[in-house]
Amino acid sequence: MCLAIPARVIELLPEEMARVSLDGVVKTVSVALVEDVAVDDYVVLHVGYALAKIDEEEARQTLTLLHEAAELGAGA
Amino acid sequence: MNKYEPLGRKLDLRRGCVDLSHGAGGRAMARLIADVFHAAFDNDFLRAGNDQSAFDVSGGRMVMTTDGYVVSPLFFPGGDIGDLAVNGTINDIAMAGAKPLYMSASFILEEGFPLADLQRIAQSMGEASRAAHVPIITGDTKVVERGKADGVFISTACVGVAPVGLDLSGHKARPGDVVLLSGPIGDHGVAVMSRRENLAFETEVLSDTAALHKLVAGMIDAAGASIRLMRDPTRGGLAATLNEIAHQSRVGVRISESAIPVRPQVAAACELLGLDPLFVANEGKLVAFVAPEAAETVLAAMRAHPLGGESARIGEVIEDDHCFVQMTTGFGGGRIVDWLSGEQLPRIC
Amino acid sequence: MKHVDEYRDGEIARGLARRIAEEAREDHSYRFMEFCGGHTHAISRYGIEDLLPAGIRMIHGPGCPVCVLPMGRVDDAISLAKRPEVTLCTYGDLMRVPGSNGASLLKTKAAGADIRMVYSTLDAITIAGSEPERQVVFFAIGFETTTPPTAMAIRLAQKRRLTNFTIFCNHVLTPSAIQTILEASDPDAVEIDGFIGPAHVSTIIGTAPYRRFASEFRKPVVVAGFEPLDVVQAILMLVRQVNEGRAEIENQYIRAVTENGNSKALDEIADIFELRETFEWRGLGEIPHSALRLREPYAQFDAERRFPVVTKPARDNPACECGAILRGVKRPQDCKLFGAACTPETPMGACMVSSEGSCAAYWAYGRFRQLEQPSMQRASR
Repeated sequence: MCLAIPARVIELLPEEMARVSLDGVVKTVSVALVEDVAVDDYVVLHVGYALAKIDEEEARQTLTLLHEAAELGAGA
Repeated sequence: MNKYEPLGRKLDLRRGCVDLSHGAGGRAMARLIADVFHAAFDNDFLRAGNDQSAFDVSGGRMVMTTDGYVVSPLFFPGGDIGDLAVNGTINDIAMAGAKPLYMSASFILEEGFPLADLQRIAQSMGEASRAAHVPIITGDTKVVERGKADGVFISTACVGVAPVGLDLSGHKARPGDVVLLSGPIGDHGVAVMSRRENLAFETEVLSDTAALHKLVAGMIDAAGASIRLMRDPTRGGLAATLNEIAHQSRVGVRISESAIPVRPQVAAACELLGLDPLFVANEGKLVAFVAPEAAETVLAAMRAHPLGGESARIGEVIEDDHCFVQMTTGFGGGRIVDWLSGEQLPRIC
Repeated sequence: MKHVDEYRDGEIARGLARRIAEEAREDHSYRFMEFCGGHTHAISRYGIEDLLPAGIRMIHGPGCPVCVLPMGRVDDAISLAKRPEVTLCTYGDLMRVPGSNGASLLKTKAAGADIRMVYSTLDAITIAGSEPERQVVFFAIGFETTTPPTAMAIRLAQKRRLTNFTIFCNHVLTPSAIQTILEASDPDAVEIDGFIGPAHVSTIIGTAPYRRFASEFRKPVVVAGFEPLDVVQAILMLVRQVNEGRAEIENQYIRAVTENGNSKALDEIADIFELRETFEWRGLGEIPHSALRLREPYAQFDAERRFPVVTKPARDNPACECGAILRGVKRPQDCKLFGAACTPETPMGACMVSSEGSCAAYWAYGRFRQLEQPSMQRASR
């Protein structure tokens, strides 16, 4: 389930809140459920709460795997 | 010059509110009409002070439309109920390929509505009307008790004239016709949602409210005989409009997702709220169904106008007894674009 | 949008589709269930099935919390909303869900009840704080993704000492539902070869809870992200597991999901909620230990303790096939009511009420497939 979207943290606010931006659309959300959030981190957002941080390294790895699998398919 | 004002003291437009006397037909109502509506719409027709206005019409078939405006909130980024009312009504005339000539505007006001807001709305209407060269030549005002109207409801009508021989209609699309769209979708609906409580976000996505008759005139000049029909995708979005036309013409429509322009911020706002831009209202866009041999010409004419700079060819008409609107997704698969049942609500799932 | 658009690339999709077509054995049919309604929606919306070879079939599971919410609970929410002192706050998804006799929150609002659609529990808390004379009830639904936001709302209510805020708790659990499907002994049951595990539920619970499905039931589970390329990659991973005779838990959504999940969220949930002995799921019947309620220390925030809520069982239309559809045994087009009495405008059962339900998704995105000429192409080798 659950519509959740990655957004970039642009400002940390008091009381475990933050402003995030999704392609220029800015929303104030809670980051109470995620540890050590910093500006420029990407978080997965669901109903006004950040649930997890996007791990940039793992994301890169996923994209590499995707590209590799797709190319191998194209050749054979 | 008289020593006393025949209509009584001027209204306190800054702090005053509408009350029941403003709809009662007496001096207070005349004052309201003069200070708010005549001041904003100012033209010879209104200055004559009659309950109706007369004008000559020549050169073609008369076209008439009527519309009601109940948008909430009344003020939103990029516009308000006033310019929405003027532009939206003009667009209904324009979609017939007709030139809009004159408008009427009727107001149902709620007791307690701030006069400052009413003035703002009237001024928006005046500006939109002057920009479009379509004067508001007659009107009406009623006041209802508190709670019986959402601030203000505006009802409009517009008459125009279509060139002889031009008969655009929703049942005229044929297999092979090309579908053209005049620009990015979803702006208006997202702008309005961004003002609604609990759905607010901080970025300015502006409503695209605009009068399209000059854009249309350019298209008609370029290849009027090859245009089957035009329609503006308002409530229900592009999806509703394409489905309506498919059913009216008893055809299928096939469109390509990657060809449909959507502003990045609008796309992002839709993602955030769980909305699909295809179902979001627009107030300054049109779709045109055009004979294939004239498609490039009409598209060029659209792109030549400021309101059509991002026009795109988004699909074509096919034979289909089921009258489906099918879309090739950007991803490569296929899906249908259904008619939405009721208003699209934001979703979490 | 970063971390989104890259996973919607059509060219990579075509490359992956070719790969899947190569690796899927011709003599074998593969049946995978995507548990999560969000995946059902993505598969339909992006037309992912068009990219798969004919031997792979996607079966839609019951992971749609709106769909599985029993009518009786909707009726309860409507009763609460009708109380003059109550302001009922709800997510948009619930507004049109039909209760008994065709009632809904949308219709109840039209009749004058104070029902407010919110984007977040934070909004409900704000309303409670600024309108102390109102009894604010938040209609809480959802799987484990949506439970932490409800938990945080209760924490905030505690912190701000709100005495006018309660939640009507209908949170349900993913592993219980998967277990029910695996244990179901339907004579018509289709053997499920593997599961696509939910994306954002897994950010909270991690991948560990799925282990027992691999070990006890010998079924591979691949946890996948929500974007279409995530889903297609997960399908490739499942095909490989089946081909190689493996039954493991794999994580495709490594950028957001870890083995242990979000411990902060899990701690909050454990502190505030406890398991209900049993809970009725629309279409699936009573499932033990599948839902949550507030623990005693948080009784003051429990709408069911503040207000008299007596849930009456409400029956679905006997011709409704939602149960079979939710278990993956039947498809929307197998139901007599589909498209006739049951449409998105007039939903009869669970699967049509939410845009993620199998029937709603099929109606909205895919029903042209049955009617197309047989020459419609699937991904060719």
